[in-house]
Amino acid sequence: MQSSTGDKGPTRTPRAPEPVHAVSTRGLVKSYPGPRGTTTHAVRGLDLDVPQGETFAFLGPNGAGKSTTIALLCALARPTSGHATVAGADVLARPHLVRRHVGMLFQHSTLDADLTAEQNLRIHARLYGLPRRQARLRTTEVLETAGLTDRRRSPVRTLSGGMRRRLEIARALLHSPRVLFLDEPTTGLDPHARAEVWDQLRALRDRHGNTLFVTTHYLEEAENCDRIGIIDHGRLVAQGTPLALKAAIGDDRVVLRTSDDPTAHGVVCGIAPQDRAVTADTDGISLRVPDGSAWIPRFCTALERAGIAVHTASASRPTLDDVFFHHTGRSLHTAGGGR
Amino acid sequence: MTTSALRAADAKDAPGTSDSGSGSGSGRAARLRLELRAVHALVHRDLLRLAGQRVHTALLLLHPVLYLLVLGGGLAALIPRSSLGVDYRTYLFPGMLMMTVQTPAVMVGIRLITDRESGYLRELLMAPVGRSTLLLGKCAGGTLAATVQGAVLLGLAGVVGLPYDPLLLATLLAGMVLASFTITALALALAVTLRRAETFHTLLGVVMMPLLFLSGGFFPLDALPGWAGTLAGANPLAYAVDLLRRCVAHHVPGGHGTPGIAWAGRQPPLLLEAALLLTSGVLALLWAARRFSRPE
Repeated sequence: MQSSTGDKGPTRTPRAPEPVHAVSTRGLVKSYPGPRGTTTHAVRGLDLDVPQGETFAFLGPNGAGKSTTIALLCALARPTSGHATVAGADVLARPHLVRRHVGMLFQHSTLDADLTAEQNLRIHARLYGLPRRQARLRTTEVLETAGLTDRRRSPVRTLSGGMRRRLEIARALLHSPRVLFLDEPTTGLDPHARAEVWDQLRALRDRHGNTLFVTTHYLEEAENCDRIGIIDHGRLVAQGTPLALKAAIGDDRVVLRTSDDPTAHGVVCGIAPQDRAVTADTDGISLRVPDGSAWIPRFCTALERAGIAVHTASASRPTLDDVFFHHTGRSLHTAGGGR
Repeated sequence: MTTSALRAADAKDAPGTSDSGSGSGSGRAARLRLELRAVHALVHRDLLRLAGQRVHTALLLLHPVLYLLVLGGGLAALIPRSSLGVDYRTYLFPGMLMMTVQTPAVMVGIRLITDRESGYLRELLMAPVGRSTLLLGKCAGGTLAATVQGAVLLGLAGVVGLPYDPLLLATLLAGMVLASFTITALALALAVTLRRAETFHTLLGVVMMPLLFLSGGFFPLDALPGWAGTLAGANPLAYAVDLLRRCVAHHVPGGHGTPGIAWAGRQPPLLLEAALLLTSGVLALLWAARRFSRPE
C-alpha cells in the first residue's frame, strides 16, 4: 500500500559529513501517560526520510500526531523510543545543536505583541546567539524579504494576521536554519494572505534551497509540495509525490445523480465489479472503478432499463482527498481537518 | 556558584549541554557565551517592555509615592517622633522601597504564565539554550527592572529627610538588588507551578497584604502580638525591609530606636540577614529551574 518513491536512500553511516537527509527518523514513538494508568500513543513507530532541499507536506487530521512529531523533531519533546536525526544532529544526544539549525513556525502566534516587529527579531537573534552585527544585518534582510521593512517599528499588535504570519516566518529564518518546520502555516488566514505566505515560502525554497517540512490540511497546499506523507493515528500510512500517490490509487470516481437513488443503488451494485463499495448519500451514488468514463454508458443503460432517469453522471481522476480517503477511510474534510 | 548549580539541574533535561562542550575548553567558553547572550536577550526584552509601557511603569511608581506622601504625610502628624525615633515618613521609606521593587519583581512571575498562555514561551523554549538559562534570564530581567524602578524612588530620599549621601544611596541600591532578586526568584518558583494567570493573581491578592503588614514596613514588628511576630520571622519581605532600614539607620539620628526582626529577642547580624535573603533566593531559583527543566 505504501507508494513511497525514492526512499531507498543510502543507509546512513552515523558519521556522515554531509547528511543526505534533512530529517530522518527510525521507529520514532511518543507515548503519554493517559488517565487511569492507560497510555496514549501519539506517534507509533515513524520511519521518515526527507532529503535536503525538499518541501515535504505532512498531511493528516487533527490529533493524528503531526504536532507531536514536529515537537519531537525540534527536540522540544523527548521520544519514548526510536531515534531521529535532524539537520545532521541526533535529537536525543544534541538537542541544542538541532534547535540551532532548525526554524520553527508554530501553529499559533508566538510573537510578543507588545514589542515592535524589529524588537521581536532582535530578541530572537540574541536568543540564538547571533553576534550584534550579524543580528542587525539579518534583521534588515529578513524584514526586506517579508516585505515588512516599512512596518519595522510598528508594535506587533497593530499588524494584520497575514503580516504577523510573514513576520513569524521571517523570525524563524533569522538564524539561517537548514530545516524549517511549519505547523499549519496558513490556518486562519484569508486566501490572499495565504497566497502571500506561500509566495514567501516558495521564494525561500527556490533561492536558498531550504528544506521545508509543512503540516497542513489544505489539500491544494499539499499538492504544491515535492512529497507528501499521510499520517493517521500516529502512523505514516503513505508517502510519495502527489502524482505517485494519486496514480497508486488508479481508480476513477464515478458519481451518478438519478431520480431514485435508493433503487439505482441496487442496480449499480448489480453490474459493478463485486469488490467495489457503492455508496449512496446526498451527493448521489458514488463508486471507484478503473477507467470510470467507460463505465458511465453501461450504468446509464442499465438504469434506464430499470426506469430510472439519470440526471448527471461524472467520472473524475483521483484527488488527494481520494488518496487520503483510500488510506485512512475518512475524508480529510470530515475527519476534523478544519478548525 | 549559581550558574554551575543551574547547569547541573539542566543537564538532566539536555544531555547536549555536557556533550557539546566536552573536552575542549574553548567549546565550553563558546557555549557559555551563547547562554549569556540568551540571558541578555531576556533582560533586553524586560527593559524594552519597561520602556515601551510608560503609562504602566509610571503607575507602578506612583503607587509607593502616594503611600509615602499621603499615608506617610497623614500619619506623620499623628505618630510622635518619640515613639519611632524618626519622622514617620522616614520610617516608612524602606518599606516603600521594598514595595516599589516587589511589584515589578512579582510581575515577572505573572509574565512567565502569560507567556505560556500567549505562546511566546514556545519561542523561548525553541532557543538552543538550556531551560535553566531561560529562567536565569527571566530572573535577571526582573531583578534589573525592579531595581531600576526602585532607583527612581530613591530620588525621593530628600523628601523624607534623608541625606543624598552617595554611600547611603549605594547601600540602599545594593539592598534593593538583593530584595528584587529574592522576590523575583520566589515569584518564578511560584509561576512554574501554576498554569493560570488568574490563580497567580488571586494568590497574590490573598497573600500580599499579610506579607506587607508583617514586613515591618508600616509599623514596628514588636508592636505585633507574639504569634504574628513569629510569622514575620519567616517573611522574606521582613528581612528585605529590615536590611534597608538598617542601611538608613546609620545616616539618621535616632534611627536605631526601631527594632525589626528579632530572634528570641535578639536582632540577627546584618550580614546574616543578607545571606538568608540571598540563600532563599538562590534556593527558590534552583527549585524553579529544576521544575522548569523537567522533560515533557
